Amino acid sequence: MNSETVENTLTIRDLKLWYGDFEALHGINLDIQKGKVTAFIGPSGCGKSTFLRTLNRMNDRIPSCRIEGKIMLNGQDIYDPSVDVVQLRSYVGMVFQKPNPFPKSIYENIAYAPRIHGMVKDGPEMDELVESALRRASIWDEVKDKLQQPGTALSGGQQQRLCIARTIAVKPKVILMDEPCSALDPIATAKIEELMDELKEEYTIVIVTHNMQQAARVSDYTAYFYLGDLIEYADTHTIFTAPANQKTEDYITGRFG
Amino acid sequence: MIYSDLFFWLFGGLIPLGITAYMVARSKALGTEQDGSRLHSLPGYYGWYAVIWLAMPAMLSGLLFSFIHMFGVFSIPAPMLLGTMFTIGGLGLWYGLSHIKADFRAREKVEKVTTGLLIVSASISILTTLGIVLSVVFESINFFQVISFWDFITGTKWEPDTAFLIGAGRDTAGMAPPAFGAVPIFAGTFMITTIAMFVAVPVGLFSAIYMSEYASHAARGRLKPMLEILAGIPTVVYGFFAAITISPMIVNAAHALGLQADYTNALAPGLIMGVMIIPFVSSLSDDVIKAVPQGLRDGSMALGTTKAETIRHIVLPAAMPGIVAAFLLATSRAIGETMIVVMAAGLRPNLTANPLEGITTVTVKIVEALTGDQEFDSAFTQSAFALGFVLLLITLILNIVSNIVVRKFKQRYD
Amino acid sequence: MTTENFQADARKRKRDRADKRFKFYGFAAIVFALAFLVFFFIDIISKGLPAFQQAEIQVEVHYNAATMKNYNKAVDKKYKRLVSKTWLRLVPNQMRDKPELIGEDRLEWVLAENRVDQFLKGHEGHRLKSKHQKLVKQMLDEGKVRLVFNTGFFSKGDSKLPENAGILASAIGSVLVLLLTMLFAVPIGVMTAIYLEEFAPDNRLTQIIEVNINNLAAIPSILYGLLGLAIFINFMGVPRSSALVGGLTLALMTLPVIIIAARAALRAVPDSIREAAYGLGASNLQVVWHHVLPLAMPGILTGSIIGLAQAMGETAPLLIVGMMAYIPEAPGSIFEATTVLPAQIYTWSSESLRAFEERTAAGIMVLLAVLLSLNAIAVKFRNRSENTW
Repeated sequence: MNSETVENTLTIRDLKLWYGDFEALHGINLDIQKGKVTAFIGPSGCGKSTFLRTLNRMNDRIPSCRIEGKIMLNGQDIYDPSVDVVQLRSYVGMVFQKPNPFPKSIYENIAYAPRIHGMVKDGPEMDELVESALRRASIWDEVKDKLQQPGTALSGGQQQRLCIARTIAVKPKVILMDEPCSALDPIATAKIEELMDELKEEYTIVIVTHNMQQAARVSDYTAYFYLGDLIEYADTHTIFTAPANQKTEDYITGRFG
Repeated sequence: MIYSDLFFWLFGGLIPLGITAYMVARSKALGTEQDGSRLHSLPGYYGWYAVIWLAMPAMLSGLLFSFIHMFGVFSIPAPMLLGTMFTIGGLGLWYGLSHIKADFRAREKVEKVTTGLLIVSASISILTTLGIVLSVVFESINFFQVISFWDFITGTKWEPDTAFLIGAGRDTAGMAPPAFGAVPIFAGTFMITTIAMFVAVPVGLFSAIYMSEYASHAARGRLKPMLEILAGIPTVVYGFFAAITISPMIVNAAHALGLQADYTNALAPGLIMGVMIIPFVSSLSDDVIKAVPQGLRDGSMALGTTKAETIRHIVLPAAMPGIVAAFLLATSRAIGETMIVVMAAGLRPNLTANPLEGITTVTVKIVEALTGDQEFDSAFTQSAFALGFVLLLITLILNIVSNIVVRKFKQRYD
Repeated sequence: MTTENFQADARKRKRDRADKRFKFYGFAAIVFALAFLVFFFIDIISKGLPAFQQAEIQVEVHYNAATMKNYNKAVDKKYKRLVSKTWLRLVPNQMRDKPELIGEDRLEWVLAENRVDQFLKGHEGHRLKSKHQKLVKQMLDEGKVRLVFNTGFFSKGDSKLPENAGILASAIGSVLVLLLTMLFAVPIGVMTAIYLEEFAPDNRLTQIIEVNINNLAAIPSILYGLLGLAIFINFMGVPRSSALVGGLTLALMTLPVIIIAARAALRAVPDSIREAAYGLGASNLQVVWHHVLPLAMPGILTGSIIGLAQAMGETAPLLIVGMMAYIPEAPGSIFEATTVLPAQIYTWSSESLRAFEERTAAGIMVLLAVLLSLNAIAVKFRNRSENTW
């Protein structure tokens, strides 16, 4: 594995995580490449989602959660006390398992965060930003005539693409996706997967999935987690054709999990 | 023997009789079993079956006679009534006992009666509503036959002093007719309610936000019961506090500012009422804020917004219907509150926008009209029911609207 | 926008300040509410505490024939205005009860008049005449005036003379009214809840009952007073001011609280328990009576206690059904005129004499102590029962 720190690459070193007394992650070492899709796979409860959430510090919101080790983003330790976690999150966006559009209009769903960040002024500039974000998320054609309708009225797949558009609007560099298709039907899933492929040119994408076919389809690199350990990390082709570790092979071939 | 003793005799008599009936029926049932066939139900059920046949006819006949008495058809002396009731009860028991055989399904009968009793209980709540509505409506109709409804709703003069003279048949030629213009009274209620909401809504809402979004689980567990003490303090106590402590403080403060304030000012009862309803606003708002899905908060935070931004732009708008419902319920609470205004507000209807002046409210006028020594059927006492009718209408509407809003809100996130 | 090293820029610092401000508003709201609570309790306690002490003065009491004819002769003329009239009036009775007293002059501690009491406690507005003030001061130097624990406050009924007014009659009235409320409201409330939760078909009527119960819980309490007046007193002929009419009125008011709490408790019993019992061939009623109800009992009790505590502090509907009359004696039956603690507080608070104010506050302290302990018991119950499954 290439372990040199490139810009926009996440470098994780000896990351341990506890919920109270329970050690959920036992020293993870991992490098995430810029402009690629990296997938985390593994059985339920293996720590892949927990790990994903440490990357933009969403786990800060859980009081009993404690962390040790380093996560470097652009050479900057994101757990350094000087880091402003709110700023970090506008740089590392996140898309969740269940589509969670805000109970506002489609337009406001997108404009909400850019307005707070003071990125552009309301008016034509904001309209433009909203349109480009919706276009990037491949949902513009479906919603351009109903921007003032509530985002919650869209279908599940559209909602999820709206959430992706909302994330893109803040212009992050990294997008974390926590099982983004698990609540969607196959057609909506295909659209999202297509979208990921387009987005990786500009963003570094990390996706957690319980669906191995999905990991094989969309990702460039794949990491296999098991019981809080990173078992194997390699380019996706290698993982799925010639895994080095017996445990990975058992999981991939469906002998387990 | 007076009617009051009737109760004691009745219950005093029915309980030992009931026990006897139970024992007799039970042993009779067990006796039939020895003939060779097995009892259908447990022996106790046969006992209860007999008790029902004793008590139900006795109680029903008693109830029937009291209704006859109430409507003034005729009265019979209490001892005779008692005798009749026990006789009927005894006949019932005799009839019931004659049924008891081994294959008799006593349990089914007993359960049928018990279910019936449950239904009767459940219908008491309906009867209560009916009772409130009827008692308020009937007297209001009498009132509006004398005073025009329009004058009542739009009149600005409340001068009922001569009404009781007319009621007593002592009206004289030159006497001014009584005026029942309720606008100043509604205005007083409105003002005090508004003051109360100015205290309760910001404090209650922000307390709810702090407890549901910021406070730790342990702190919340301690703070919530402490806030709820505010709702548990009897209103008569708040009334005393408003009248004796707060009102003079306001008069002194106004004086220091060069203003004139009455001791019966609207501000003191309004402020205290506001404090009293803080827990209503806070606990209802707390519930709806917690019902906002965590995913919305996560979604907002993941876009790089601060906690306050998430709460203000995402959580509160999402919870808004519930908060509005809490607001409506609190308003209805404030409108119907009585003791605080009776003790700390004035008696004089006063159409003013100055909260430092003495004013009066709907509930004060109801209490005033019904606690004096007036004749019950004078227009003055009946005005209390007319005011009560308006009060009932407003609070019911507020409550129904808030229930609908809450149900809509819950459906959205279920 | 975002800086590459994730530090806060000027805009973010401004947002952070707004964030802190917002949190502070929430904190301030809680502090305001709690500060009010503290201020309220300090105010009531400081007003009410003095009432637990009562002034007594030591005078020579003349038990003789002249006193028998005119009780004012029982003490020397100059002390006549310092002792309580209620005590003076009873001196002849005392002689009748104990004839051996006649002819004796005894030095006794007797109940002081309320103005003396207020003067000794240093309350403004005591209205004691200056010549009496001098006398009291002089007696104080001689040790002939003292403040003792006010047992009369707990052992006497209402009186027009503050030094003789106590809460016993109203406390007994409260207990009586509450017992009646409990007797009517708890069984009917629990039975209604059982019907709605366990038996009621899901039809229009059930829905109407449910909506109706919710509305009843929000109806202002004073309207229950109008119901009591129109239906119980005027229509059914229940005696006005009696414990019965008070208990019935409060029972109807408490009913929705108990129904709602009992339904919640019944709903919390897992269905698996019902299914297990049905599986053993138990009938509908047996399942509820033997299995569901015992498990729901703690919740039902909690709700009942909270409802009854609410009823105990309620005043407005009781005023309407006439329970604010001047009643110095505890009632002999549920048909006699009765007063209750909150109504007693109300009548005292409208008295003009300064000495009544501290008694009002003391009455409030007693009422609050009872209510807070009832609520504490209810909360304990709930906390203990929450961990059952």
